[in-house]
Amino acid sequence: MAEAILFYLFAIGVLVAGAQVIFRRNPIYGAISLVGCFFFLAGIYVLLAAHLIAILQILVYAGAVMVLFVFVIMLLNLKEEELGEARWTTWKAIGLAAVVVGTGVIAWRALGPAYPGGPTVDNASLQTRWGAFGGVKAVGYTLYIGSLLPFELTSLLLLVAVVAAVVVAKGKI
Amino acid sequence: MDFFHAHQAQHYLVLASLLFALGAAGVVLRRNAIIVLMSIELMLNAVNLTFLAFSRFPLVPNSPMGSFLSGHAAVFFVIATAAAEAAVGLAIIIAVFRSRTSVNVDEFDTLKL
Repeated sequence: MAEAILFYLFAIGVLVAGAQVIFRRNPIYGAISLVGCFFFLAGIYVLLAAHLIAILQILVYAGAVMVLFVFVIMLLNLKEEELGEARWTTWKAIGLAAVVVGTGVIAWRALGPAYPGGPTVDNASLQTRWGAFGGVKAVGYTLYIGSLLPFELTSLLLLVAVVAAVVVAKGKI
Repeated sequence: MDFFHAHQAQHYLVLASLLFALGAAGVVLRRNAIIVLMSIELMLNAVNLTFLAFSRFPLVPNSPMGSFLSGHAAVFFVIATAAAEAAVGLAIIIAVFRSRTSVNVDEFDTLKL
Protein backbone atom coordinates (compact mmCIF):
# COMPACT_ATOMS: atom_id res chain seq x y z
CA MET A 1 0.00 0.00 0.00
CA ALA A 2 2.81 2.40 0.87
CA GLU A 3 4.42 1.52 -2.44
CA ALA A 4 1.19 2.34 -4.27
CA ILE A 5 0.92 5.74 -2.59
CA LEU A 6 4.56 6.54 -3.33
CA PHE A 7 4.19 5.35 -6.92
CA TYR A 8 1.21 7.59 -7.64
CA LEU A 9 2.90 10.53 -5.90
CA PHE A 10 6.06 10.13 -7.98
CA ALA A 11 4.13 9.37 -11.17
CA ILE A 12 2.03 12.53 -10.88
CA GLY A 13 5.21 14.48 -10.18
CA VAL A 14 6.93 13.01 -13.25
CA LEU A 15 4.01 13.76 -15.55
CA VAL A 16 3.36 17.29 -14.23
CA ALA A 17 7.05 18.23 -14.41
CA GLY A 18 7.37 16.63 -17.84
CA ALA A 19 4.36 18.62 -19.08
CA GLN A 20 5.93 21.82 -17.73
CA VAL A 21 9.03 21.09 -19.84
CA ILE A 22 7.11 21.21 -23.10
CA PHE A 23 4.51 23.85 -22.17
CA ARG A 24 6.67 26.56 -20.61
CA ARG A 25 7.68 29.21 -23.12
CA ASN A 26 10.92 30.21 -21.40
CA PRO A 27 13.46 27.34 -21.59
CA ILE A 28 14.91 28.07 -18.15
CA TYR A 29 11.60 27.08 -16.51
CA GLY A 30 11.62 24.00 -18.68
CA ALA A 31 15.13 23.12 -17.53
CA ILE A 32 14.22 23.50 -13.86
CA SER A 33 11.09 21.40 -14.37
CA LEU A 34 13.22 18.77 -16.08
CA VAL A 35 15.45 18.59 -12.99
CA GLY A 36 12.32 18.02 -10.90
CA CYS A 37 11.15 15.37 -13.36
CA PHE A 38 14.49 13.54 -13.05
CA PHE A 39 14.29 13.58 -9.25
CA PHE A 40 10.78 12.13 -9.30
CA LEU A 41 11.98 9.49 -11.79
CA ALA A 42 14.81 8.60 -9.40
CA GLY A 43 12.14 7.97 -6.77
CA ILE A 44 10.34 5.66 -9.22
CA TYR A 45 13.63 3.84 -9.84
CA VAL A 46 14.06 3.25 -6.11
CA LEU A 47 10.56 1.74 -6.06
CA LEU A 48 11.82 -0.61 -8.79
CA ALA A 49 14.78 -1.63 -6.58
CA ALA A 50 17.24 0.04 -8.97
CA HIS A 51 19.25 1.86 -6.35
CA LEU A 52 22.46 2.34 -8.33
CA ILE A 53 20.55 3.62 -11.36
CA ALA A 54 18.59 6.05 -9.16
CA ILE A 55 21.82 7.53 -7.81
CA LEU A 56 23.28 7.67 -11.32
CA GLN A 57 20.13 9.40 -12.53
CA ILE A 58 20.56 12.17 -9.96
CA LEU A 59 24.33 12.44 -10.45
CA VAL A 60 24.49 12.32 -14.23
CA TYR A 61 21.14 13.66 -15.40
CA ALA A 62 20.08 16.12 -12.70
CA GLY A 63 23.69 17.04 -12.05
CA ALA A 64 25.86 17.01 -15.14
CA VAL A 65 23.48 17.08 -18.11
CA MET A 66 21.19 19.71 -16.65
CA VAL A 67 24.14 21.95 -15.77
CA LEU A 68 25.05 21.76 -19.47
CA PHE A 69 21.53 22.77 -20.48
CA VAL A 70 21.31 25.64 -18.00
CA PHE A 71 24.76 26.82 -19.04
CA VAL A 72 23.79 26.90 -22.72
CA ILE A 73 20.53 28.72 -21.91
CA MET A 74 22.55 31.28 -19.97
CA LEU A 75 25.12 31.54 -22.79
CA LEU A 76 22.53 32.16 -25.50
CA ASN A 77 20.67 34.67 -23.28
CA LEU A 78 17.55 34.79 -25.45
CA LYS A 79 15.53 37.98 -25.28
CA GLU A 80 11.83 37.93 -24.71
CA GLU A 81 11.07 38.69 -28.37
CA GLU A 82 13.48 36.04 -29.62
CA LEU A 83 11.52 33.33 -27.86
CA GLY A 84 8.66 33.81 -30.29
CA GLU A 85 5.04 34.18 -29.38
CA ALA A 86 3.12 31.18 -28.18
CA ARG A 87 1.24 29.87 -31.19
CA TRP A 88 -1.30 27.66 -29.56
CA THR A 89 -4.06 26.67 -31.88
CA THR A 90 -7.09 24.63 -30.95
CA TRP A 91 -5.99 21.84 -33.24
CA LYS A 92 -2.62 21.59 -31.54
CA ALA A 93 -4.29 21.27 -28.15
CA ILE A 94 -6.74 18.69 -29.48
CA GLY A 95 -3.89 16.74 -31.10
CA LEU A 96 -1.81 16.75 -27.93
CA ALA A 97 -4.73 15.63 -25.79
CA ALA A 98 -5.56 12.91 -28.32
CA VAL A 99 -1.95 11.64 -28.32
CA VAL A 100 -1.67 11.54 -24.53
CA VAL A 101 -5.12 10.06 -23.93
CA GLY A 102 -4.74 7.61 -26.80
CA THR A 103 -1.38 6.43 -25.51
CA GLY A 104 -2.77 6.04 -22.02
CA VAL A 105 -5.85 4.12 -23.17
CA ILE A 106 -3.89 1.83 -25.52
CA ALA A 107 -1.23 1.16 -22.89
CA TRP A 108 -3.86 0.51 -20.25
CA ARG A 109 -6.06 -1.75 -22.36
CA ALA A 110 -3.15 -3.61 -23.96
CA LEU A 111 -0.88 -3.91 -20.95
CA GLY A 112 -3.59 -4.70 -18.44
CA PRO A 113 -4.56 -8.07 -19.93
CA ALA A 114 -0.96 -8.87 -20.86
CA TYR A 115 0.21 -8.89 -17.25
CA PRO A 116 -2.29 -10.54 -14.99
CA GLY A 117 -1.70 -9.26 -11.52
CA GLY A 118 -0.42 -11.75 -9.04
CA PRO A 119 1.64 -11.97 -5.91
CA THR A 120 5.05 -10.49 -6.55
CA VAL A 121 8.19 -10.64 -4.50
CA ASP A 122 8.83 -7.49 -2.53
CA ASN A 123 11.98 -5.53 -3.14
CA ALA A 124 13.80 -6.55 0.03
CA SER A 125 13.77 -10.27 -0.78
CA LEU A 126 15.05 -9.86 -4.33
CA GLN A 127 18.48 -11.43 -4.53
CA THR A 128 20.92 -12.17 -7.25
CA ARG A 129 23.91 -14.44 -7.08
CA TRP A 130 26.08 -11.36 -6.53
CA GLY A 131 24.18 -9.71 -3.75
CA ALA A 132 21.21 -7.41 -3.48
CA PHE A 133 19.22 -6.74 -6.65
CA GLY A 134 20.09 -3.39 -8.16
CA GLY A 135 23.01 -2.72 -5.85
CA VAL A 136 26.43 -1.55 -6.95
CA LYS A 137 28.00 -4.97 -6.65
CA ALA A 138 25.38 -6.89 -8.60
CA VAL A 139 25.13 -4.33 -11.41
CA GLY A 140 28.92 -4.07 -11.52
CA TYR A 141 29.30 -7.82 -11.96
CA THR A 142 26.69 -7.77 -14.71
CA LEU A 143 28.46 -4.92 -16.47
CA TYR A 144 31.92 -6.41 -16.24
CA ILE A 145 30.99 -10.01 -16.99
CA GLY A 146 28.13 -9.61 -19.42
CA SER A 147 29.07 -6.48 -21.31
CA LEU A 148 32.70 -5.63 -20.85
CA LEU A 149 33.31 -4.52 -24.45
CA PRO A 150 30.33 -2.13 -24.61
CA PHE A 151 31.41 -0.74 -21.25
CA GLU A 152 34.87 0.07 -22.57
CA LEU A 153 33.43 1.40 -25.83
CA THR A 154 31.25 3.75 -23.77
CA SER A 155 34.34 5.43 -22.41
CA LEU A 156 35.57 5.86 -25.98
CA LEU A 157 32.18 7.32 -26.93
CA LEU A 158 32.36 9.84 -24.09
CA LEU A 159 35.88 10.85 -25.11
CA VAL A 160 34.79 11.33 -28.74
CA ALA A 161 31.74 13.31 -27.59
CA VAL A 162 33.84 15.62 -25.44
CA VAL A 163 36.31 16.29 -28.25
CA ALA A 164 33.47 16.74 -30.75
CA ALA A 165 31.63 19.17 -28.48
CA VAL A 166 34.75 21.33 -28.13
CA VAL A 167 35.50 21.21 -31.86
CA VAL A 168 31.93 22.05 -32.89
CA ALA A 169 31.25 24.76 -30.33
CA LYS A 170 34.60 26.53 -30.62
CA GLY A 171 34.68 28.84 -33.59
CA LYS A 172 38.35 28.59 -34.45
CA ILE A 173 40.68 25.93 -33.14
CA MET B 1 -5.62 -5.01 -13.10
CA ASP B 2 -5.37 -4.11 -9.49
CA PHE B 3 -5.52 -0.36 -9.29
CA PHE B 4 -4.38 0.13 -5.73
CA HIS B 5 -1.52 -2.32 -5.65
CA ALA B 6 0.76 -0.34 -7.88
CA HIS B 7 3.68 -2.67 -7.59
CA GLN B 8 3.19 -4.37 -10.92
CA ALA B 9 4.86 -3.98 -14.26
CA GLN B 10 1.96 -2.44 -16.15
CA HIS B 11 1.74 0.65 -13.94
CA TYR B 12 5.34 1.49 -14.65
CA LEU B 13 4.88 0.73 -18.35
CA VAL B 14 1.84 3.01 -18.59
CA LEU B 15 3.80 5.79 -16.88
CA ALA B 16 6.69 5.22 -19.30
CA SER B 17 4.43 5.37 -22.35
CA LEU B 18 2.81 8.60 -21.13
CA LEU B 19 6.23 10.13 -20.53
CA PHE B 20 7.37 9.03 -23.98
CA ALA B 21 4.24 10.60 -25.51
CA LEU B 22 5.00 13.87 -23.71
CA GLY B 23 8.56 13.85 -25.02
CA ALA B 24 7.46 13.05 -28.57
CA ALA B 25 4.86 15.83 -28.42
CA GLY B 26 7.56 18.24 -27.26
CA VAL B 27 9.83 17.30 -30.18
CA VAL B 28 7.01 17.81 -32.68
CA LEU B 29 5.33 20.88 -31.17
CA ARG B 30 8.14 23.07 -29.92
CA ARG B 31 10.39 25.15 -32.12
CA ASN B 32 13.06 26.05 -29.58
CA ALA B 33 15.99 23.70 -30.23
CA ILE B 34 16.96 23.54 -26.55
CA ILE B 35 13.46 22.38 -25.58
CA VAL B 36 13.55 19.84 -28.40
CA LEU B 37 16.75 18.41 -26.87
CA MET B 38 15.14 18.34 -23.43
CA SER B 39 12.16 16.47 -24.88
CA ILE B 40 14.57 13.91 -26.33
CA GLU B 41 15.96 13.45 -22.81
CA LEU B 42 12.39 12.86 -21.59
CA MET B 43 11.92 10.12 -24.19
CA LEU B 44 15.23 8.48 -23.25
CA ASN B 45 14.13 8.45 -19.62
CA ALA B 46 10.85 6.81 -20.57
CA VAL B 47 12.85 4.05 -22.28
CA ASN B 48 15.02 3.70 -19.17
CA LEU B 49 11.90 3.29 -17.06
CA THR B 50 10.71 0.50 -19.37
CA PHE B 51 14.06 -1.30 -19.09
CA LEU B 52 13.96 -1.11 -15.30
CA ALA B 53 10.33 -2.22 -15.09
CA PHE B 54 11.02 -5.32 -17.19
CA SER B 55 14.16 -5.96 -15.19
CA ARG B 56 12.24 -5.85 -11.91
CA PHE B 57 9.19 -7.77 -13.20
CA PRO B 58 10.60 -10.27 -15.71
CA LEU B 59 8.26 -12.05 -18.10
CA VAL B 60 10.03 -15.37 -17.50
CA PRO B 61 10.38 -15.73 -13.75
CA ASN B 62 13.07 -18.43 -13.61
CA SER B 63 15.99 -17.51 -15.79
CA PRO B 64 19.11 -19.67 -15.91
CA MET B 65 21.17 -16.56 -15.28
CA GLY B 66 19.46 -16.11 -11.95
CA SER B 67 19.38 -12.36 -12.27
CA PHE B 68 17.77 -9.76 -14.48
CA LEU B 69 20.31 -7.02 -14.20
CA SER B 70 20.93 -6.84 -17.94
CA GLY B 71 18.24 -4.16 -17.99
CA HIS B 72 20.23 -2.15 -15.47
CA ALA B 73 23.32 -2.50 -17.67
CA ALA B 74 21.29 -1.25 -20.67
CA VAL B 75 20.10 1.75 -18.65
CA PHE B 76 23.71 2.49 -17.73
CA PHE B 77 24.65 2.65 -21.41
CA VAL B 78 21.59 4.75 -22.24
CA ILE B 79 22.56 7.28 -19.55
CA ALA B 80 26.12 7.50 -20.88
CA THR B 81 24.89 7.87 -24.47
CA ALA B 82 22.37 10.52 -23.44
CA ALA B 83 25.09 12.53 -21.73
CA ALA B 84 27.24 12.37 -24.88
CA GLU B 85 24.23 13.26 -27.04
CA ALA B 86 23.38 16.28 -24.88
CA ALA B 87 26.96 17.56 -25.04
CA VAL B 88 27.20 17.25 -28.83
CA GLY B 89 23.65 18.54 -29.40
CA LEU B 90 24.20 21.63 -27.28
CA ALA B 91 27.52 22.27 -29.04
CA ILE B 92 25.68 22.12 -32.38
CA ILE B 93 23.04 24.54 -31.05
CA ILE B 94 25.78 26.97 -30.03
CA ALA B 95 27.52 26.65 -33.41
CA VAL B 96 24.25 27.23 -35.29
CA PHE B 97 23.33 30.13 -33.01
CA ARG B 98 26.64 31.78 -33.95
CA SER B 99 25.82 31.79 -37.65
CA ARG B 100 22.02 32.21 -37.61
CA THR B 101 21.50 34.12 -34.30
CA SER B 102 18.51 31.94 -33.63
CA VAL B 103 17.59 28.66 -31.95
CA ASN B 104 14.32 28.32 -33.83
CA VAL B 105 14.35 24.95 -35.59
CA ASP B 106 12.04 26.31 -38.31
CA GLU B 107 14.84 28.57 -39.48
CA PHE B 108 17.41 25.78 -39.81
CA ASP B 109 16.48 25.03 -43.42
CA THR B 110 19.77 25.49 -45.24
CA LEU B 111 19.88 21.82 -46.24
CA LYS B 112 16.36 21.97 -47.64
CA LEU B 113 16.29 21.60 -51.43
